[in-house]
Amino acid sequence: MSEVIKVGMADLKVCLSPNSVTTLGLGSCVGIAIRDPQTKIGGLAHVMLPDSTAIRQNNNIYKFADTGIAELVRLMEAEGAKRSRMVAKIAGGAQMFAFQNKSELVRVGDRNVEASKKKLKELGIPILSEDTGDSYGRTVIFYPETGDYVIRAVGKPERTI
Amino acid sequence: MTLESVSEQYFDVLKELGNIGAGNATTALAQLLQCKVDMKVPQVKLLEFNEVGELMGGEEQIMAGIYLCVEGDITGSIMFLLEKNSARHLVSKLMGMELPDEEFGEMEISALKEIGNIITGAYLNSLSTITNLKIYPSVPDLTIDMAGAILSVPAIEFGTLGDKILLIQTQFTDDYELDGYFILVPDLESYAKIMSALGLG
Repeated sequence: MSEVIKVGMADLKVCLSPNSVTTLGLGSCVGIAIRDPQTKIGGLAHVMLPDSTAIRQNNNIYKFADTGIAELVRLMEAEGAKRSRMVAKIAGGAQMFAFQNKSELVRVGDRNVEASKKKLKELGIPILSEDTGDSYGRTVIFYPETGDYVIRAVGKPERTI
Repeated sequence: MTLESVSEQYFDVLKELGNIGAGNATTALAQLLQCKVDMKVPQVKLLEFNEVGELMGGEEQIMAGIYLCVEGDITGSIMFLLEKNSARHLVSKLMGMELPDEEFGEMEISALKEIGNIITGAYLNSLSTITNLKIYPSVPDLTIDMAGAILSVPAIEFGTLGDKILLIQTQFTDDYELDGYFILVPDLESYAKIMSALGLG
């Protein structure tokens, strides 16, 4: 029997095939799914903010794109995944409202996506596909067995990237 | 200063504010809908990010979220969330007719924005009256989507301060129970201003 592992906001989990890993209702946050196709070790990070160095309250490394992705990769390596084989898919980073209160948070969705891409590039992990931006929430499910990243949104057909 | 360090005292203040604000909002709603509206004592909660969605019936629960910015002596943002069926109920009552289909049309969205305006306005008025601070709300924006996605907006704002989110849960009842959630996110400097305006600084 396979189980579905749940990842909350500012959270991340490693997931071994045949299990799957999900996060519900991504808004401006980004869900980064990483997989080692050979060992079928996968993982999902749900990050809220782009840059841990821009904020003083940065103890929670799961919260930021830079430190969250680095931690997920570290935990996957500890399970036996190889970074050189890893590939990634990303989703989320929507702009839910027409405006944002704080100037440092303008386009935070876009910037979360950019920061995630930058960190993945730095770690040498290629991005196979993405479903990012726009103005609607997304629920995602990632299957390390196949690498399928399923995306659901309100009033839209389900899609797999 | 962190959110955790100010929150304890601020909690009581918010609870009182929630009481008065919800009272004002109830009166305003009753006038708007021209019927009797009751409210329960609001609850103030400081939650982990991942607990918020569960409180509202799951991250995938469809909600209407009304979001606006606050300027003046204090700056920040406020959000009012209403479960989708509650939102439909309020709108159909306001418009004096049953809504024909599942989706919200332009008229319904506009009516919902007005309801959001009145409710958030009532809260802000009470905050302004209690603290004697000038508070000006912006034009509201509204979105209907999954609770988790809508909540990511205030959660990210709280995320720059700490790892928790502070909200006031308010329950209104006319002939139908309406669960509303109110989230006030003052900028960090504004916390101090609110507290000192109340002689608690």
